Amino acid sequence: MATSGASTESKSSPKKTSKEVIELTSATVRFAGDSGDGMQLAGMQLTNTSALVGNDVATFPDYPAEIRAPRGTKAGVSGFQIHFASTEIFTPGDKVDALVAMNPAALVTNLPDLVKGGVLIVDKNSFQPKDLKLAGLDSNPLEDGTVQGYQVHAVEITRLTRLAVDGLGLTQKEADRCRNFYAMGLVYWLYNRPLDATLRFIDEKFARRPAIAEANRRALLAGYNYGETTEAFLSHFRVGPAKLSPGTYRNIMGNQATAWGLMAGAYCCGKELFLGSYPITPASDILHELAKQKNFGVRTFQAEDEIAAVCSAIGASFAGAVAATSSSGPGIALKSEAIGLAVMIELPLVIVNNQRGGPSTGLPTKTEQADLFQVLFGRNGECPVPVVAPRSPADCFDTAIEAVRIAVQYMTPVFFLSDGYLANGSEPWRIPDIDSLPKFPVEHPGPAANGEPFHPYTRNERLARPWALPGTPGLMYRVGGLEKQDITGDVSYDPENHQKMVNLRARKVAGIAQDIPPQEVEGPESGPLLVVGWGGTFGAIETAVRDARKKGYEVAFAHLRYLNPFPSNLGDILQRYEKVLVPELNMGQLRYMLRSEYLVDAVGLNKVKGKPFASTEIEEKICEMLGK
Amino acid sequence: MSDNSALQVLKPSDFASDQDVRWCPGCGDYSILAQMKKVLASVGAPREKTVFVSGIGCSSRFPYYMNTYGMHTIHGRAPAIATGIKAVHPDLHVWVITGDGDGLSIGGNHLLHAIRRNVDINIVLFNNRIYGLTKGQYSPTSPLGKVTKSTPMGVIDNPLHPLSIAIGCEATFVARTIDVNIKHLGMVLRRALEHRGTSFIEVYQNCVVFNDGAFSYATDRETKAETTLELEHGKPLIFGKNRDKGIRLNGLDPEIVELGKGITEDDLLFHDEKAPEPSLAYLLSRMRYPEFPEPIGIFRAVEQPCYDELLNHQIDEARKQKGEGDLEKLFHSGDTWVVQ
Repeated sequence: MATSGASTESKSSPKKTSKEVIELTSATVRFAGDSGDGMQLAGMQLTNTSALVGNDVATFPDYPAEIRAPRGTKAGVSGFQIHFASTEIFTPGDKVDALVAMNPAALVTNLPDLVKGGVLIVDKNSFQPKDLKLAGLDSNPLEDGTVQGYQVHAVEITRLTRLAVDGLGLTQKEADRCRNFYAMGLVYWLYNRPLDATLRFIDEKFARRPAIAEANRRALLAGYNYGETTEAFLSHFRVGPAKLSPGTYRNIMGNQATAWGLMAGAYCCGKELFLGSYPITPASDILHELAKQKNFGVRTFQAEDEIAAVCSAIGASFAGAVAATSSSGPGIALKSEAIGLAVMIELPLVIVNNQRGGPSTGLPTKTEQADLFQVLFGRNGECPVPVVAPRSPADCFDTAIEAVRIAVQYMTPVFFLSDGYLANGSEPWRIPDIDSLPKFPVEHPGPAANGEPFHPYTRNERLARPWALPGTPGLMYRVGGLEKQDITGDVSYDPENHQKMVNLRARKVAGIAQDIPPQEVEGPESGPLLVVGWGGTFGAIETAVRDARKKGYEVAFAHLRYLNPFPSNLGDILQRYEKVLVPELNMGQLRYMLRSEYLVDAVGLNKVKGKPFASTEIEEKICEMLGK
Repeated sequence: MSDNSALQVLKPSDFASDQDVRWCPGCGDYSILAQMKKVLASVGAPREKTVFVSGIGCSSRFPYYMNTYGMHTIHGRAPAIATGIKAVHPDLHVWVITGDGDGLSIGGNHLLHAIRRNVDINIVLFNNRIYGLTKGQYSPTSPLGKVTKSTPMGVIDNPLHPLSIAIGCEATFVARTIDVNIKHLGMVLRRALEHRGTSFIEVYQNCVVFNDGAFSYATDRETKAETTLELEHGKPLIFGKNRDKGIRLNGLDPEIVELGKGITEDDLLFHDEKAPEPSLAYLLSRMRYPEFPEPIGIFRAVEQPCYDELLNHQIDEARKQKGEGDLEKLFHSGDTWVVQ
């Protein structure tokens, strides 16, 4: 059977039947292939299975913007990385321990991320001259020394898959679509993963196509058995369960957590949810998820464009729903004017921005954090909008609830500023007890006694105006984008009133700082260095800070959820450290804010490559700043 | 329109808000406002269940003058906002007040989509064929050659015809009326109110300041009988001071014929506002002055399911099939595991 001549094999002496099992605390695996090769599915299955055996997991799908870029080309390579561990982990892993490459293009684009000596599994059958040509290669990387220094397993995945499914009456094309299951089987064996969850998935997914189901089943088992029986693999690995806090867990993706968080937010204030949205990467899955939840009274509206999406949500909010709109940077740009309207008419609204590489269409499927300025400032006039940012896929749930809370309690639009990395990434989520969710019931003013005038711009202690609903007798009122007279809400061009209303709107948003938890700092309360982060970089920073501390560096870490307003103690915290480092996947937007708000000489670590930080990048910067 | 508050008899003045109306003296908008209040009072529309939504433009100030719920929003977006309102509160009577610039230029996209979805709203488009609020630029309905501030040598882009667009989107209710023809205007508003689904009304509205007399051909006592044609369901298309002219179909084209001399009413085109196909309505929308008399009245009134009704039906169905949503159950669906 196929073992590659280039294989460096492992050092232990070849033994037959029962193979050595090596205990690991963590492993990072990446599936890479053509965008039609089912790599995302393979990754999701391994993720789910690993979560079910009790590992902590973190994932990172990386796929091209084109649905089907030309087959076999570098442009069409789709990857899914999963990090599973018996300890708590925060990132999908900087480096890959095992890489599955289904073709030459996938191999050469992903090989740089494989650790030296790492496991490399390739489909030997797809390294024919035409495949090399499609990948733009002059020589075969399996033979020209490219893969030297790795544990190479060149397996005839295509041929063996076809053999496995032989007799089921599948076309060759259909048979070849099972290759991902073969590769999965191999990886499952390599990491000692049980097959049952994936077998169950196959049964459900292909229930209506029994031949396809059987083929995938056979391919999965064939791959698994290949690892077990051939001499190519001398040992395999085990990653035990992680010590997570007790509870019932499930694996959750960021977009799913966001959708469920919005639903939970509506539940927490006793209302129904409306989502107005227009399809856009990487936010569409929020629309898909919520469209399924109609029996919760969730109404989704796929609008004709981004503007109609946000406007429908504003209309729904006026009529009394918890309203949200979901998009990414280019869509947010189109929504800006309407968000200004929501600020002026003071209606609750949650605006989800799953950031992606920009400007313009930018890098639609890649992650970035460069929309902070957009959400803070991207509107005409003095137009403050609160901003909250989740830190991990599961944290999208809690942060979405918090966005809804602020929106309805302060009668304001709120930005939920996430990113593509969180949106598509996944991790275990400890399912909360429904009763433990915060409760913030909304009170709408009741019918007014005959003739008594209703004043829509009076304010409560939070400076929020009453949310009066159409249908309520006696409260008929008009709102609009023209400046409002304080108290009455009538149109007003009075200069003093405009100043007053601008101040009021600013004070209302600033006042939220009194109603959010103080910023927490992890590590020393003062000292030589504080790292400040926000959003999806949490995992990489957390890992970097922990690793640096293990090496004896004294470093503190504050990760911000609230970006507008900042927590009230943030200024004090910043003053307590000699240096402040702000790692961001932009050119320094939070750093700019901290410098201008607090006159602190913050230093940036900035990257815009469409990729998340590797924790080592941040760790190196920490060490450099601490000068050892 | 049964409602508790409908027991009290409302007068048109009950629909007036406390705001001073600030359109130019002589503006056609006054007449539309007056007729709206009159019609709503006459049918006993509950004020608290009525919402006026507008965009930007002279006409869009309308909601401020009505003692109902109202939203004066941003340029062109009123149909989208109205869709959101109806989606979550289908009981409300929602009116969209727009103009030729607001509805057909900056907001063209939303207008199309609200109409094709058949959201149960009433869209009243005040067509004055000019930008009034911004003081006199040409609009998408200004005729070719029109000299305005932004077209000193005349308009060179073809105008849009609001009704042709609405019918192209298969609007279920399409009508045209004229600001000064108050009885007709009132009739059209009332019919729109009674219609389930999107009602689209074009009102010829005179802008006294920037486009005065744009519709004088259709409003002047001397000419209007020759230049307009009042549509009536089931009746032949007859017009003229002496009602001696009619419209006959010649192949697929309308032509003007004189009655008598061997041509009887039976030879004429009969109006059918309930025709399932919108072709006749479209043909009527193409009849334009000066080649033809311009039809006014109800072009089309057909029953189709409304978006808001279907949306809420799906919610009910989902609840029936799956039971009322339970977050606990949802969160625990699929694969879970327990950590002790």
